[in-house]
Amino acid sequence: MLSIKNLHAAIEGSPILNGINLEIKPGEVHAIMGPNGSGKSTLASVLAGREEYEVTEGSVTFKGKDILELSPEDRAREGVFLAFQYPVEIPGVSSTNFLRTAVNQVREYRGESPLDAVKFLSLMKEKMKLVEIDQKLLSRALNEGFSGGEKKKNEIFQMAMLEPSLSILDETDSGLDIDALKVVANGVNQLKSKDNATIVVTHYQRLLDYIVPDYVHVLYKGKIVKSGTKELALELEAKGYDWIKDELSGATV
Amino acid sequence: MSKDNEILEEFTSKEYEHGWSVDYETDEAPIGLNENIIRWISSKKEEPKWLLDWRLKAFEQWSKMEEPTWANVQYPKVDLQSLRFYSAPKQKSKPKSISDVDPELLKIYERLGISLNEQKRLQGVAVDVVLDSVSVGTTFKETLSKLGVIFCSFSEAVKEHPELVKKYLGSVVPATDNYYAALNAAVFSDGSFCYIPKGVRCPMELSTYFRINAANTGQFERTLIVAEDQSYVSYLEGCTAPQRDENQLHAAVVEIYAKENAEVKYSTVQNWYPGDKDGKGGIYNFVTKRGICAGDNSKISWTQVETGSAVTWKYPSCILKGNNSIGEFYSVAVTNNYQQADTGTKMIHIGKNTRSRIVSKGISAGKSQNSYRGQVQVMKRASNARNFSQCDSLLMGDKCGAHTFPYIDIQNSSAKVEHEATTSKIGEDQIFYCNQRGISSEDAVALIVNGYAKEVLNQLPMEFAVEAQKLLALTLEGSVG
Repeated sequence: MLSIKNLHAAIEGSPILNGINLEIKPGEVHAIMGPNGSGKSTLASVLAGREEYEVTEGSVTFKGKDILELSPEDRAREGVFLAFQYPVEIPGVSSTNFLRTAVNQVREYRGESPLDAVKFLSLMKEKMKLVEIDQKLLSRALNEGFSGGEKKKNEIFQMAMLEPSLSILDETDSGLDIDALKVVANGVNQLKSKDNATIVVTHYQRLLDYIVPDYVHVLYKGKIVKSGTKELALELEAKGYDWIKDELSGATV
Repeated sequence: MSKDNEILEEFTSKEYEHGWSVDYETDEAPIGLNENIIRWISSKKEEPKWLLDWRLKAFEQWSKMEEPTWANVQYPKVDLQSLRFYSAPKQKSKPKSISDVDPELLKIYERLGISLNEQKRLQGVAVDVVLDSVSVGTTFKETLSKLGVIFCSFSEAVKEHPELVKKYLGSVVPATDNYYAALNAAVFSDGSFCYIPKGVRCPMELSTYFRINAANTGQFERTLIVAEDQSYVSYLEGCTAPQRDENQLHAAVVEIYAKENAEVKYSTVQNWYPGDKDGKGGIYNFVTKRGICAGDNSKISWTQVETGSAVTWKYPSCILKGNNSIGEFYSVAVTNNYQQADTGTKMIHIGKNTRSRIVSKGISAGKSQNSYRGQVQVMKRASNARNFSQCDSLLMGDKCGAHTFPYIDIQNSSAKVEHEATTSKIGEDQIFYCNQRGISSEDAVALIVNGYAKEVLNQLPMEFAVEAQKLLALTLEGSVG
């Protein structure tokens, strides 16, 4: 589904990603871990198409298409979803109105007719249950005055509404207490199917107790330096990132 | 260049939708301004002597006045002697009702999306249309007259209801109030008149649609609204003009007189031609709008969506004379390209327990300048007066300006006056967030701007709120629809 080959990216001339290789198949959950500043969030942003990042080398193919050629909105319409680490507030625009615009633009791109108000609301009701989100929250202005947990729940709710084939969760666990974490993880698990894939970007192992990954990759200095199964995450939790750094410097000496 | 700037650059390349003009035979005054022109206009309109005298007095005063320069706008001085002060489409005979109006003229309004055919009209909206200097027709007159509501052109009101016109004309905006109001008093050609009798709640929206078509012609209309005790009316004004290279002058006066327990809601969607993307042409919109809450417990509410004009100079105001009276001002002013707007309000608290609320939302894009200018005055006798003002500015791009000039004058220590102001920019983050959900950048800007202006748009009557939303988006796309 997603094939990243030798991906290099820079911001304002300074390189952040230095040759990422990653293959993701439908139905898989991949965790990307790594110390601060290793390039985890950059990878998420580059995949979503944030303009500040310049891709200097390599390719990203999504469902057979070169997505680096597509605008951010077309990537979204193709089925790439990014759950933001810091969801943006849009005053005066209700989540409902925002999502209706989004859902219908995605449908239009796919050659489907727009959902009328009744169908849209019934879809909303169905998805609301999935992520345990309160209707009241959705009639308020998007993310404005939301708590950290509410913002993240709202991200997962949007994911449910847009039904992406590839979801990238960028440090979705940051700023969440354990109860909110469970709700968010439960939402993600409910949305999992054999046809879609998930990338979980996280600093801590904690989230992976609830969203169990098929593969864990360790990102360090813009490269994947170690890949493994969920046991790797536990090992990282126990030993910290230093042993990987040591292992690497040892190897290069 | 950052992305939102690129989007905005793109916007400026689009064009004004109502920029076309139509040729028709006109009846016009000679070019220039002098006492004879005023006599010419007055006799053309077969006016009574008292009105001619009123005009002449205004003209005499105006001749001694100087054009004001305090507004934060810059434009070359208007050469009034090169303007035409009266231009009317020639009609074979005076139309008695809309069905008698020349179909060619009605087509102009059809093209603007305003059907004057009563069957086709939106239910619940009566409309008076003013083309250049005269009113060409008013709909739903009969329905309204059954309730005693008078809604007609100003000229007709002078003929049919002279006692009302004489009583209230100039009672809120005196003939010599300011330079442009005095000019208007001297040369005004038509406009709308509206009278709501005691205890009547006007069952439909009343609306006036202004269109300037002729070249080199100024439009000077007056609107007079009188609401008797316990009455209610909601009034809407819309405006467009053709795209012309020269600047055109629009100097209107609106007066509202509200008696005891009366409520008047006045909404404007102003979409005059703003000039092209290089700042050439466009309307100079120098307008005096004022209402008086003369009776106790009365209420006047101004809502304006200002998207057009090259230069705007406009301060819809409320004189809160009656005890417990309420004044409101809700405004969204959008400027793009080289547009300049200096707009705001005055709230004059005279009666006891009077309350006023000001919500102003400025949006600046391109190389435009957008100023809010507001005055809150609490007089000595106005005990327990309250005012709340909120002035927000939204900037798009880095070549535009937003300015706020609040004036507060309090002479009674029991007054409570609050002022809040914010300035923000549409962030790349917000646009990217929308993009990531599949929303195009243009739609993202529209969504964000409409969200920002929501508090004001909510004040508009339903059908017009939808129109205004579209208009805002279009203005910022540069096509100023």
